[in-house]
Order: sequence, then structure tokens, then C-alpha cells
Amino acid sequence: MGVLQIHLSGGEPASRRDLVEIVASAREAGLYTNLITSAIGLDLPRLARLMQVGLDHVQLSLQDVQADGADHIAGYSGAHERKLVFAKSVVELGLALTVNTVIHRANIGSIAALVEMAASLGAGRVEIAHAQYYGWALRNRQALMPTRDQVGRAMQEVAQIRSRYQGRIVIDLVVPDYYARRPKACMGGWGHRSLNVTPSGRVLPCHAAETIPGLRFWSVRDRPLAEIWSDSPAFQAFRGTGWMPEPCRSCEMREIDHGGCRCQAMAIVGDAAATDPACELSPHHDWMQLLAGQESSHPATAYVYRGRIPRDGATAIPAR
Amino acid sequence: MPDARAPVLPERPRLAPGVRLHFDTTRNAWVLLGPERVIETEGPASEILRRCDGSRTVGQIVDELTALYTADRAEIEGDVNDMLAELATKRMLA
Ligand SMILES: C[S@@+](CC[C@H](N)C(=O)[O-])C[C@H]1O[C@@H](n2cnc3c(N)ncnc32)[C@H](O)[C@@H]1O
Repeated sequence: MGVLQIHLSGGEPASRRDLVEIVASAREAGLYTNLITSAIGLDLPRLARLMQVGLDHVQLSLQDVQADGADHIAGYSGAHERKLVFAKSVVELGLALTVNTVIHRANIGSIAALVEMAASLGAGRVEIAHAQYYGWALRNRQALMPTRDQVGRAMQEVAQIRSRYQGRIVIDLVVPDYYARRPKACMGGWGHRSLNVTPSGRVLPCHAAETIPGLRFWSVRDRPLAEIWSDSPAFQAFRGTGWMPEPCRSCEMREIDHGGCRCQAMAIVGDAAATDPACELSPHHDWMQLLAGQESSHPATAYVYRGRIPRDGATAIPAR
Repeated sequence: MPDARAPVLPERPRLAPGVRLHFDTTRNAWVLLGPERVIETEGPASEILRRCDGSRTVGQIVDELTALYTADRAEIEGDVNDMLAELATKRMLA
């Protein structure tokens, strides 16, 4: 099939007891092997074993620069400190490190500090990912959404930081699409560049594809991956340009942004085949921007976490 | 005029940790793999990359390429330097 890279993500890949075996066989197959982890549950001896079997790269998520704010966002006390220790070990072992940061209302003012922290930890690359609102982030959107002004300032700031750090650290940006004019080329196009295999073996065009009702996913337990890639109904559903409505269908950007994100169209418009509302040509664009504006000024600061019972007035963001 | 921000090239360049050259039999080509990066390379570029193993100086790489191709040394030297500088800016060299 010509697959070149594998990203082991989750959930938390460190919770797999067979992680070392997975990495080893991925490397034997010649794949560039990237571990995307929170570092929770991954101790040094296991990290060293991963390195021995050929792990190429580690991507560590950090929530913020200060432990109190970061631990609040992660919902896990002591998490930040453990992540910093982990980052140092990754670099000391000679493994390549990327720091991932998800940007939202509570940490959007800390981008410069996050980049500096990543650089001083010895990361070669940092991902500034404006939160994408699917799954848990969608549930928490009112507490996460930054204002248009905050996003504007953050974008300018990243441009400056990029030139300041050129040659020292690579800065990759995931753009904040609620305030965008044109949609992101989500996944580089549906069924175009990448695929996702869940722990149960289901093969998805993107990690959020299961939020789209009615899609049929095939499993690697039943069929070869190459066949799933080319023929599975879920991959066929939005591949290419045939599924597109207007204004996408005749848009000169259709092969560039691939019509944006199907899961976002589902989440906002209620129709996965609609034009991504992040696009200013979408009839739902104004509604999405209005929604973002309203939620950005919502007073909510408490987050709902996966697998925990939400309580009224749970924790509040510590004052800074 | 040298660009003030032009990166300093390592004396004996090698690919940075997390960057690896891989021969892909499906594409029948050398590809440079890095974090969230896939760079397909052809002819001279892959010849340069294959020599970035930390054992050769930039001068030696230029010499070896000159022996492989018919272009003159100065031209090849320019190409090698440009390519290495670009990789260094992307932090793909150590
Ligand atoms: C979903 S996590 C899974 C792997 C692992 N648990 C971790 O923390 O890295 C993969 C990456 O996506 C990022 N991420 C999580 N939620 C996101 C969101 N809503 N928008 C953008 N990036 C997100 C995380 O920071 C992390 O770097």
C-alpha cells in the first residue's frame, strides 16, 4: 500500500501492555514510528525498550507552562511535573521529541512561554494546535472557546515566534477554524492520505469519523487493509469530489481543502455532506461564527472529563 | 551577501534524531521521513542524503557527487549547500 508512517495514539497508547511489541513490528515493516503520549503510565525502562526496538519519535502533550494551570486542564494532579521529567529522559536517550500543546481559552496567552518551554526541553518541534471541537472538546466548548481577538493576537504572535526560533525549533500550527474564512484540509482529504485503526480493528478515515451516523466501517479482522482502504463504504463516502454539494462542487479550492471537515459539518450543521461551516461560502458560516463568539464569552471554567461523573460547580480554574 | 539567518552547517552532516531515509518499494524511491513529514527525493537529492551519515565532510560529499554527475564542481557545491541549508533550517540535520 505504500504506508510510510504510523502514529500510535489514543486514548493513551502507554496503557497497551504490548506497546513495545507493536513498535518493534512497525519498525520491522519499515514504518516511521511515532508515539503520541501524555507520558502518564510510561516509565523510563519501557521508554528505553521502545528506543531499542527502533521508535523514531515521541510526541508529548503539555497542557500549560505552569503546573497548577496545566494540572487543572489535564484534570490530574502532578501530571505536569511527570511530563517534564519524561521529556528530559526522551531527549537524554537521544530520541526526537515534539511537544504538542492544545490551545484554548485558558492557555492562549501562554503560547510564547509554551514554545520557550518546548525549546528548553530540547524538543525539535512544537505543535501549536488550536483546539478542534470534536468529542470531549465539543462537550466542553463553552469553557474552551477563545474570543476572536484572542485568536487574532495568537496568530500574530505565532508568526513572530516562528521567525525568532527559526532553525532552533520547528513550529507547526493547527489553525483555529471557528474564526477562519476557509476550512482546513482536514486529514489532507477524506480517504486520501491517511487511515485510522481503532483498538477493536475498525478502520476509520479519521479518528472522529464514528461521530457521523450511518457510515459503515470495515474491520482488519475481516478484510485486508488495502481492500478496506480502496473499497470500504466509509472511505468511499466522501472521497474525491463526487459527494460535494455546491458551493464546493464548482469551487476552485475543491482539490486543495477537499471541502474541509466532514465531522465538523456533522457537528455544526447536522449533515456530514454539507460544506464545512468554517468556509465563508457556507450558508452556515455566520451561525458558526456567532456560536463561537457567544461561547467565547460564556463564564464556564469547569471541564467535563471522560469517564468521570460531572459535578455541579466542579473545579474552577485557579486564579493566576 | 550571506543571509544573516542562514544556518551554520555542521562539519560532518548527519540526519537529525527522528529523521531517517527510507527506500519505499511501492514508490520505488527514497523518502526522507521525519515527524509529520514525508519528503520524496529523487536522483541527486537522495545521493546527497545518503551521504549525510556523520562520517563525511560537506567537501567530501561534494567530491563524491562530482564524480557521479557531469555538472561541474562549483555548481554541485552550490546545490549541496542549498539543500543542506534548507534541511538545517527545518532542523532535519545534526
Ligand atoms: C488525543 S491525544 C491521544 C494521545 C495521548 N493521550 C496524548 O495525550 O498525547 C493526541 C494528541 O491530540 C491532542 N489533542 C487532544 N484533543 C485535541 C483537540 N480537541 N484538538 C486538537 N488537538 C487535540 C493532544 O494534545 C495530543 O497531542
